[in-house]
Amino acid sequence: MAVASFVLGRRRSIATVGGYSSIRSLHSLPKYYGYYAAIWCGLPGLLLVAAWLSLSDSVITGRVVASLPEALRGSSDAQLGLLVNDIKNLAAGQFVNPNRAVELGAAAELYNSLQASARWILSGLIVALGLAGFLYSATRLQPDFRARNKVETVIKAALVVASTIAIFTTVGILLSVLFEALRFFQKISFTEFLFGLTWSPQTALRADQVGSSGAFGAIPLFAGTLLISGIAMFVALPIGLMTAVYLTEYASPRIRAVIKPVLEILAGIPTVVYGFFAALTVAPLLRDLGTSLGLEVASESALGAGLVMGVMIIPFVSSLTDDVINAVPQAMRDGSYALGATKSETVKRVILPAALPGIVGGALLAVSRAIGETMIVVMAAGLAANLTVNPLQAVTTVTVQIVTLLVGDQEFDSAKTLAAFALGLVLFVVTLILNVFALHVVRKYREQYE
Amino acid sequence: MSGSQTAEAVDLAEEEQLDNSRAPRMDQSQAVAEDFQSVAQEEYETHGTVTAEDPVMTVRDCNVFYGDAQALFDVNLDIGRNQVVALIGPSGCGKSTFIRCLNRMNDTIDTAVVTGDIRLYGEDINSKSTDVVLLRARVGMVFQKPNPFPKSIFENVAYGPRLHGLASNRAELDEIVETSLRRAGLWEEAKDRLDQPGTGLSGGQQQRLCIARTIAVNPEVILMDEPCSALDPIATARIEDLIDELSENYAIAIVTHSMQQAARVSQRTAYFHLGKLIEVDETNRIFTNPGHKLTEDYVTGRFG
Amino acid sequence: MTADEKRAQEETLRRVRASLARRYRSERRFRLFGLSSALLGLAFVAFLFVTIIGNGYTAFWQTQFKLDIYFDPAVIDPDGQADPQQLASANYRALIRDALQSELPDVSGRREMRELNRLISAGAEFDLRDEVVANVALIGSTRELWITADDEVDMLVKGHVERDEQGGARRLSDSQLRWIDALAADGRVEQRFNVNFFTRGDSRDPEQAGIAGAAKGSLFALLVTLVIAFPLGIAAAVYLEEFAPRNRWIDLVEVNINNLAAVPSIVFGLLGLSVFLNFFGLPRSAPLVGGLVLSLMTLPTIIIASRAAIKSVPPSVREAALGLGASQVQTVLHHVVPLAMPGMLTGAIIGMARALGESAPLLMIGMVAFIVEVPQSITDPATALPVQVFLWADSPERAFVERTSAATMVLLAFLLAMNAVAIWLRNKFERRW
Repeated sequence: MAVASFVLGRRRSIATVGGYSSIRSLHSLPKYYGYYAAIWCGLPGLLLVAAWLSLSDSVITGRVVASLPEALRGSSDAQLGLLVNDIKNLAAGQFVNPNRAVELGAAAELYNSLQASARWILSGLIVALGLAGFLYSATRLQPDFRARNKVETVIKAALVVASTIAIFTTVGILLSVLFEALRFFQKISFTEFLFGLTWSPQTALRADQVGSSGAFGAIPLFAGTLLISGIAMFVALPIGLMTAVYLTEYASPRIRAVIKPVLEILAGIPTVVYGFFAALTVAPLLRDLGTSLGLEVASESALGAGLVMGVMIIPFVSSLTDDVINAVPQAMRDGSYALGATKSETVKRVILPAALPGIVGGALLAVSRAIGETMIVVMAAGLAANLTVNPLQAVTTVTVQIVTLLVGDQEFDSAKTLAAFALGLVLFVVTLILNVFALHVVRKYREQYE
Repeated sequence: MSGSQTAEAVDLAEEEQLDNSRAPRMDQSQAVAEDFQSVAQEEYETHGTVTAEDPVMTVRDCNVFYGDAQALFDVNLDIGRNQVVALIGPSGCGKSTFIRCLNRMNDTIDTAVVTGDIRLYGEDINSKSTDVVLLRARVGMVFQKPNPFPKSIFENVAYGPRLHGLASNRAELDEIVETSLRRAGLWEEAKDRLDQPGTGLSGGQQQRLCIARTIAVNPEVILMDEPCSALDPIATARIEDLIDELSENYAIAIVTHSMQQAARVSQRTAYFHLGKLIEVDETNRIFTNPGHKLTEDYVTGRFG
Repeated sequence: MTADEKRAQEETLRRVRASLARRYRSERRFRLFGLSSALLGLAFVAFLFVTIIGNGYTAFWQTQFKLDIYFDPAVIDPDGQADPQQLASANYRALIRDALQSELPDVSGRREMRELNRLISAGAEFDLRDEVVANVALIGSTRELWITADDEVDMLVKGHVERDEQGGARRLSDSQLRWIDALAADGRVEQRFNVNFFTRGDSRDPEQAGIAGAAKGSLFALLVTLVIAFPLGIAAAVYLEEFAPRNRWIDLVEVNINNLAAVPSIVFGLLGLSVFLNFFGLPRSAPLVGGLVLSLMTLPTIIIASRAAIKSVPPSVREAALGLGASQVQTVLHHVVPLAMPGMLTGAIIGMARALGESAPLLMIGMVAFIVEVPQSITDPATALPVQVFLWADSPERAFVERTSAATMVLLAFLLAMNAVAIWLRNKFERRW
């Protein structure tokens, strides 16, 4: 339809000025009149579809639920959710528990018919809107009408919308995490969560079960996260830094041409591969090593996960430091060399101090990555929330717990699943602060030498 | 470093080529064209006297290549004790390249190759076995743009002595710093702010700080690569006075764009053109009675 | 120069000389430290690839038995009607058992029969069924067919499990071992190309498990990501570089984009879970949702790369177009964007490669389930390649270690190919202005 109105609009614009011969008296090229008409025809319809799709499902579900017999409806939210799922499956012709199928047959039929009528209403509305839009635009198509400017305004508006997606994403993350976290804090107090020393999120299946209330003190998780990130940074920072120094100050172009791509490969390896590698190779290696030294090493030790995570971060640190070191002006090096400094003296006493703010910024970004890293710790770190600083023991991290709490069957209202969002909130806020601060430091550092 | 270094080398090389290609079009007279041709010949004999009475450094048959481009052709020149040698010539003529040979700063450019016989007190400094660190401690250098380290004024000056272990205790170090700053004429301005960053000084002060930093190592020769080109006239005048004072103790080679500056501060002047040393003589002679047409054209302002 | 000066210089020289040996030692140490750091990276890449390839390359072959299968009408088609329903539910295992038994006549007794049966993959009978249903003419004939062996047999034949450690890693009994040897001596055991691995979905039996489902899930998710993130990313980059006014709002947008690029991926998963699944009610485990989440995640990468590409288009191009009377929008759409396209594409491919390797957010939205069917649309439940690696890595069977490594190899091959394309594109279209 939009295409048709493009053609019609274009024709009409030419016709209004009396054919191709006098095409110059149009303000804009004919195709812009076409675009203008097409936009008026298509855009309202598109917006309608978007709005419709996001709302129709809940409206229809609401009506279906309302039609259900009282006995089925009177259950909790979670059960209702299952019920609705069953109805939808039934409506889609999928297999559902036969007993259920009888009860819900009517509801499923209602659902289907509502869906069908919704589709019809939607199509009709779109056609009507399109026609109305086209007719409106047709009345506006006059030779001196600034079609191009109008079309460009729409284009610019679309660009603005695209650029604000990032903001919406951030706001979306914050709101969704915050909303669920607040529900969590209604059940568990904020201070208990932040400062509690025990973490065991098992909630009872029955109210009378022994030890029914889970403990949600997140300190062991924070400690575990810090321990593993600390080990990772302990590995990644010196190696990454020295690699960058070697590549920028010492290596010949040929060596650089080999090592840099290899580091890029290292950076491009998915974290799940690192996790697999940690669990398959590194952890047994460490355990054997520990046994031969007479040490007890847990098979999911913090050390194994931390080491592999450190390796993952090496290329990240080295490429950030590489940029930062390159930004130090050559004049600084010349000044130092001219005084008779060796390369290492120049690096240690001039370049690194000069690059320090940038390096710190890069290191903070790396810390933020280590804290937020998920797959390696999920696969190679433990689930038990031990409060320990011994790297040979198993610890758990914030991300591991988020995954464990949310993967698999879940009832959405339990403190257990909501706790994951509370952890997500902490994770998001901490990394946000680290990132904003680090990016600011790095930017200031660059401006200094530009 | 890699990027900037290569870029610099390319810049230098390109500048040379640029000059080579443009040179013929710059002619204003047939005579100049002939002179260019004579310069372009393979064997070129430098006019004037290349030797000095009491040479600290001697350079013979020095050639420099940046990759495939040759930047310096068979240069012979002595630098005498307690004397200022000014190196002048149009942009890209090789004078900076030459001065960078004297303390092996060309080593920092990957593509640069320096050949020839360069001696400091009779010691070959261009051989593989030469200790570059030691050489640079003896031959200091001041750069075009003031480049103080991002450290305090004190630390800037103390940097060299600390590296080389010249001071055995804090008092000695303090003394070296003070003497150096005094000699560089910066003491009065800087003594109350020694712990403040050197980058906070004005341009002229920064350049004097760099000079203080250089003399803190007690070198035998000081090389200056257009030390005043980034400074205003007043700061320039101060630096020129300073050079004059320093020449009592050091052998100095200074690259300059300004002929007036060469005339004011130097005893001898060397004129470079297209990578060749055209003429070197007493400064007076160069400016009053040059032996080569190109030198004359340059000092009288016909090109450059 | 005074004698004092001379002495001072000589003293300096002496001290410098004295310090040299120590300083050069420290120089060498530092340099060595740098070199070994760089080499450590190389060594690690080598170690990782050797481990993964060493563990995984055998998975591309699968042990199979050559058996003469008699499609006994009495077993599979007693009515002689070739009724599809009947054929589909017939006992094909019996055919295989009979064939095996005819090879190994000394097997007797129920226990031994059961052990014999276990040599064959549990899925082998369904292969036979599919063949019969597809070609009814087979009924009554005898064919020499390659029948997939059980994973334990596979591991033994490949040498991943030692022959002489029964009870430990080896789960096969001594008599099973004997039968395998007998079949092998007969030339009836062979490692053949593992077609299942590339054509099947997930399975509890390692020898039946394949990556097709996961690969297709990844493909669907990436398509969704591409369709959403690429145009949006370019549009946002164009706006920020060409049209945006310099004000605090735009500063905020920029800080935001840079920050989003560094937000942990799992947080995007939380967003997907609570917004796309719980709020909009989109289906769980669907590549559609996975793609949506991944596109939000890759958007910053694409925006940043596209902005760099647009920045590298020299202002002279814009000035020339504007000078000819083009509007700003025309200038950008007709000149700047086409010139920046290779850079944008490179950024997009790198973003896609990152999205392909990402698994944490997919765990959050349920793309981590045991799914046998290969997904047919973007709303079917599916997993993704990295998630498949994650799932298999958790399985206890030795054969899954091999398959996990092989799936990793496939994943890495895709990533390397994508990066290679990006580098090729960059080199081919890189323009110096």
